[in-house]
Amino acid sequence: MKKIIITLLMLLPLSTFASVGIELQSANIDVSDGDSLQRGAKNYVNYCLGCHSLKHIRYKRMAMDFGVEDNKVLAEIAPEGARIYDQMHTAMNAHDGTKWFGTQPPDLSLIARSRGADWLYSYLKSFYLDSSPTGSNNLVFEDVGMPNVLWELQGIQTPVYKEDSAGNKKLESIVLKQSGTMTEKEFDQFNNDLVNFLVYVGEPTQLERKSMGKYVLLFLLMFTVLAYFLKKEYWKDIH
Amino acid sequence: MKPTRTEACGNWILSRFPVTKLWNEHMAQYYAPKNFNFWYFFGSLALLVLVNQLITGILLTMNYKPDAQLAFDSVEYIMRDVNWGWLVRYMHSTGASAFFIVVYLHMFRGIMYGSFKQPRELIWIFGMLIYVCLMAEAFMGYLLPWGQMSYWGAQVIISLFSAIPVVGDDLSLWFRGDYVISDATLNRFFAFHVISVPLVLLLLIFLHIVALHEVGSNNPDGIEIKDKKGADGIPLDGIPFHPYYSVKDIVGVGVFLFFFAAVIFYAPEMGGYFLESANFIPADPLKTPEHIAPVWYFTPFYAILRAVPDKFAGVIAMGGAIVVLFLLPWLDRSPIKSVRYRGGIYKKALALFVISFVALGYLGTQPATAGAVLAARVFTAIYFGFFLLMPIYTRWEKTKPVPERVTEQPSLEDRIPAVIETFHEVTAKKSFTDTEGNTVEKLRPNPSGIANVLVRGLKKLKASLD
Repeated sequence: MKKIIITLLMLLPLSTFASVGIELQSANIDVSDGDSLQRGAKNYVNYCLGCHSLKHIRYKRMAMDFGVEDNKVLAEIAPEGARIYDQMHTAMNAHDGTKWFGTQPPDLSLIARSRGADWLYSYLKSFYLDSSPTGSNNLVFEDVGMPNVLWELQGIQTPVYKEDSAGNKKLESIVLKQSGTMTEKEFDQFNNDLVNFLVYVGEPTQLERKSMGKYVLLFLLMFTVLAYFLKKEYWKDIH
Repeated sequence: MKPTRTEACGNWILSRFPVTKLWNEHMAQYYAPKNFNFWYFFGSLALLVLVNQLITGILLTMNYKPDAQLAFDSVEYIMRDVNWGWLVRYMHSTGASAFFIVVYLHMFRGIMYGSFKQPRELIWIFGMLIYVCLMAEAFMGYLLPWGQMSYWGAQVIISLFSAIPVVGDDLSLWFRGDYVISDATLNRFFAFHVISVPLVLLLLIFLHIVALHEVGSNNPDGIEIKDKKGADGIPLDGIPFHPYYSVKDIVGVGVFLFFFAAVIFYAPEMGGYFLESANFIPADPLKTPEHIAPVWYFTPFYAILRAVPDKFAGVIAMGGAIVVLFLLPWLDRSPIKSVRYRGGIYKKALALFVISFVALGYLGTQPATAGAVLAARVFTAIYFGFFLLMPIYTRWEKTKPVPERVTEQPSLEDRIPAVIETFHEVTAKKSFTDTEGNTVEKLRPNPSGIANVLVRGLKKLKASLD
C-alpha cells in the first residue's frame, strides 16, 4: 500500500499536469520607469483607445504617478477634449462596437492582472496573416476578434505550416514577410512600453504599496524583537 | 479613608457589573498549562484575524455597492479612488486566506494533541461549527467582487444542491432567488456575508471560549493539569493566562503580522491563490471560464467532489468529509490524547492524512484530467480511511507511558547551537585563487556532510513515527 502511494506521488507531476501551450515571450516590466510609462500611455492613446477604454484610470492619477504636470499629460497623452479628472474613455460606443466586431471591445483596465504581462506582450507580437474576417489571426489567442492594428509598425507576419504523417496541417511558426515602419527592436520596445503601461494601469497603487512595505516590515520586525524580549523577561520565573 | 471620586465611580460600576470577576476568571486567574508550544499561537491569531476582517469589512461596506451592475466597478473604485482603499481591500482579501491558514493549523493542533477528546468534545463541536460558518462566510464573500471566478464558482457550488433528489432544483432556486446567479443572489449573499453569518460566528466563538475556560486548555503532553494541584488549589503546571500567555501571544502576533504584511505589500495575489486572475474580469453569465477552481481553502473538498463519479454521491462525499470531522471525538478510541505518547499506527495515519489533505488541496486547483481524478480518488480514500478506520486502529495501537507532569522541550534558543553545528556539517571551507592571485577561503556545500545530515534526519523521522 505504502509503495503504491509513494509511486503515485512520484508520478503525479508527470502524468496529470503536462499541459501544452505556446511559450510566451517575457516582457521587461518596470513600473517605476516613468518615461516608459509615458511612452506606453501615448502608444495606448494612439493605437488602442479608439476601441478599448481604460475606465478605471484618470489622467490626473497618471500625472501624479508619472511625476509630470497636469498640462503635459493633457497636451501629450490625453486625446483632445479630455479633462484632467476624466477617466480614459473610448470614443467608440457599445452599439457600434457590437456591429463592427460582434462584441464590444473590452475595457482593458485590468487586462494585465487577468492575462499577465508576458501574455499581453506575446499576444501583441503574434498576429499573422490569414483568411479570417479581420484578415489576421493570432498565435496566442486563436480566432481573436481583434484585427492587427499594429501591422504598419511591425510589418506583416505569415504562418509556416507543417504537415504531419496523417496529413493534418499544423501551424509551426510565424515569420516576418514584409517589414513595417519599425525595426524589430523598435517594435519590441514599443510593445514593452505599452504592456508596462497596462501593468501600471492594472494596479496604480503598486509602486506605493511596494515602497511602503519595507517600512511596515521593518516596524513589525522591531516590534517582534521587543515583544520577544518582553516575553523572556516575564517568563524568567517559569521553570 | 474616604474613597476618591474615581474610586467611587469605579465601585459604582463594580457593584453592578462583575468586571474584576470576569477578568480574573478568564485572564489573570485562568490557569493554562505552562508547556504550550508553537502550535498554541493559532487560537489567539484566529481572533486577531477575525478582528481584522470585521474592521476592514466594515470599511469596505462603506464604499462597496452590492449591485450586479456596480459591484465590480465599486471594488476597483475602492482599489484606486478611495484613500487607503487598496490597503483595506488587500487586508480583507489576504485576511480571508490567513483565516483559513490559521484555522487549519489550529484544527491540526487539536487533532495532533487530542484536544477534541473527553472532556473537550463540545469545544471541538463548537470549533467545527465555527469552521462551517467560516466556509459559508468565505463562500458568500467571494461572490461580492462579482468577477468571473466569483460568479462561476458560486454557480458551480449552488448547482450542487440541485443534485439532491426531488427537492434539489427547487432548493437551489430558493438559494439563488433566480435561475442563475444574479443581482438577487448578490444582494442576499451581501446580507448574509456582512450581518447574519458574522453574528452567528461571534456567538459560536463566544461559546467556544466559554466551553474552553470551563474545562481548561489541553497541552502538548495531553495530560490534565487540574489533576495535580498545589496546596493553594492552583494546578502545579498551570500559569496565569495573563500576563504569561498574553505577553507570549504578542510575539506570535508580531511574527504573524510580519508574514501577513509581506503578502499584503509584496504579493497580494499570492501567485493567483489568494486573488485568482480570472476574477479581474467582470462576471459574464454568457461566458464560462475554461477552468473553474474555487479558492485554495476549499480545494481539498472540491477535489473530493470531483473524485466521485456520480454528482449526488460526490456532494454526499464532500459533505461527509466535513461531517466526519464532527465525529472525531467518538471515532478515536485511544485513552491517550497527545500524539507524543500514542502508537506508531496513529502517527503514520496522521501523517498520511496530512499528506492526503494537502494533495487533495493541490489537485482541487488543477484541471480534472484522468490522472488527477485517479490521484484524487486515492487521496479521498486515505482521507476517509483516517477517520472511518480510526475506531479500529486506535484500539490496537501500543501506546507509550504518559508522564505525570508536563515535560519541558528545548526552547528556540537551546536549539541554536545544534543549528550552527548542522550548518558547519553541511558546509566545508575550500580554497580558491582570486583574480589577484591571493588564496581565499570560501564556504561551499559539503556533499558528504549533507548526506550525513539527511540520513540522520530520516532516521530521526522514522524513530519519531514508531
